[in-house]
Amino acid sequence: MQALGDIVRGQQVDGHRPWPRLIVSTETWRAIVRAIAAGRAGLLGLWGDTDATPAVHMAVSGETADDITVASLECPDRTFPSVGALHPPAIRLERAIASLYGLRPAGAPDARPWLDLGFWEVQHPLGAPTPRPQGRSAYAFLPVEGESLHQIPVGPVHAGIIEPGHFRFTASGETVVRLEERLGYVHKGIESLMAGASIERAAKLAARTSGDTTVAYGIAFARAVEAAGGIEAPPRARYLRALMAELERLANHFGDIGAVCNDAAFSLMHAHCGVLRELVLRAADACFGHRLMMDRIVPGGVTTDLGSDGLTALTDLLRQIRRRFPSLIELYDDTASLQDRTVGTGIVRAGLAQQFGAGGYVGRASGRNVDARKTPGYPPYDRLDFDVPVLTDGDVNARVWIRIREVEQSLSLVDQLIGQLPAGPIATQLGKARGEGLAFAEGFRGDVLAWIRIDDDRVSRCHLRDPSWFHWPLLEAAIDGNIVADFPLCNKSFNCSYSGHDL
Amino acid sequence: MRKTLFESLTHAPLTEAPPSADDRAVAELAASLERSARRRLGRSLAIREVDAGSCNGCELEIQALNNAFYDLERFGLRFVASPRHADVLLVTGPVTKNMREALERTYRATPDPKWVVAIGDCAADGGVFSGSYAVSGGVGSVIPVDLHIRGCPPSPTAMLKGLIALLDAQKS
Repeated sequence: MQALGDIVRGQQVDGHRPWPRLIVSTETWRAIVRAIAAGRAGLLGLWGDTDATPAVHMAVSGETADDITVASLECPDRTFPSVGALHPPAIRLERAIASLYGLRPAGAPDARPWLDLGFWEVQHPLGAPTPRPQGRSAYAFLPVEGESLHQIPVGPVHAGIIEPGHFRFTASGETVVRLEERLGYVHKGIESLMAGASIERAAKLAARTSGDTTVAYGIAFARAVEAAGGIEAPPRARYLRALMAELERLANHFGDIGAVCNDAAFSLMHAHCGVLRELVLRAADACFGHRLMMDRIVPGGVTTDLGSDGLTALTDLLRQIRRRFPSLIELYDDTASLQDRTVGTGIVRAGLAQQFGAGGYVGRASGRNVDARKTPGYPPYDRLDFDVPVLTDGDVNARVWIRIREVEQSLSLVDQLIGQLPAGPIATQLGKARGEGLAFAEGFRGDVLAWIRIDDDRVSRCHLRDPSWFHWPLLEAAIDGNIVADFPLCNKSFNCSYSGHDL
Repeated sequence: MRKTLFESLTHAPLTEAPPSADDRAVAELAASLERSARRRLGRSLAIREVDAGSCNGCELEIQALNNAFYDLERFGLRFVASPRHADVLLVTGPVTKNMREALERTYRATPDPKWVVAIGDCAADGGVFSGSYAVSGGVGSVIPVDLHIRGCPPSPTAMLKGLIALLDAQKS
């Protein structure tokens, strides 16, 4: 990594907080792309904008925790030098920009649409919308050549109670030689609904970008709004947000650990983990009045204070989990037939996880020591003591173990949060908001990025980047050479968000 | 593993007493159920879940119906992997334009007699997502709906009430 100041030079935009946004030249844009491709800088997000002059924004990280910059390239001719040409993790982000904004990445290796499946009445809905020409052309899946290959199309409607997406498997006998994902089925147009919305309504949309991560999205969105307005939520609100985030992490990790085992036909773990998940959701309901804690985090603070009933529920929850979970870990570790399915399955190489900047358990199971709670970090985690577990095997088993270790860390965090909970108000007045803000929050899958531009108390533009953008392509790599029957295991161990990705 | 299994023999089940049927749901269903269908299916239904653009919140709560506390299968209700095996489609989401055709085809693939239950506020009318270029606006705008269960997301108990009403309506 390199200090970003050496690479990103340009004209600083007023009112972008807490990190700078610079309008850069095409040459600088290319230099940043080269730095990212060489591993000297990290790609955090890439999105379009047509508020004033059409532009693309790229959030990049440098060598230190706080070294983050948004580089903006104005593209009045509606093209920009492709990032994906040198840095493959940007390819889908660019395809989405082309489909949604009509801004073309020049020199891009893949010009096929993304998210736009040909069903909308308009093209480029976020840029200059034009009516779609009649007749839908077939999507060209990547070609596969070889003897005795067969294809298995799966989805969008899947067999389980899960989100929709399409997987195109090409297999040689039982072995998968290529998986290609086609996503966008749950695209709801959240960015377009955000544009012009009140902060209150936009917060509701952010909370429904990925329902399983509603708390982390709530935090990221609220912190972006607060950054734009130059305010901070009161201390008690920050602690309550973190408490909700850790409950959300616990609930999802329990669900995932059970679901991975269930996909190896080991339903006993699934049943017991399901009980733990339900206990967390009931405690969340007792504390904050909603099982998933939706709409409890708002810009300025939180809506619901923790009462004595809630505290009792939390204490009881921690006691129950600590009594039940250790024997489940033992059960997972001691069941050879289960280990036979998870160990060595769906390996993500460390280099690939690093290149894609994978966060969460996908990155941490493949050697990446990253966590938005630590880097760039946000309160109250700077006052809390916790470890970020890291493993190097990169297989399904490692992704399960990261979750197990994170459950233990989250339990300790809930203890600390209750113990140190400061008194005081739970929300602060937003005031007249105007400006731009960038924020990160660590959801159970990894880092959620939220960027917002506010004009006269209304959202002018908001971009939310789910961690799954960088996980989905790695799933295609992880299944390579595995058997078709192991795909559900690999898929569940990733548990990528469809809705958060499709927006 | 043996210890865990033995423990479940000695401990009382976690499963809760079933809630009573939702009165509003019963009223909504009375209009849509035919007597002949009731006779043919008996008090047992196979459910196919279809996510038509939800945020995944409803899916999480539908999955919870299978956990030890709610134990949906004790009512003869079970989730199946194919619409061809289903009597009921449980549909979530505002129906994105990208999922509309898939939902219509799933509906056509489900044999008659069949019922459609729309789960959640956005399945009712598009909810917070209405007005988007990418959203059709509620399940009812695409396929006929027999029962709406509101909520964002509805709790497992609310869904259980609605589904029990569906069973009761067949029985009577």
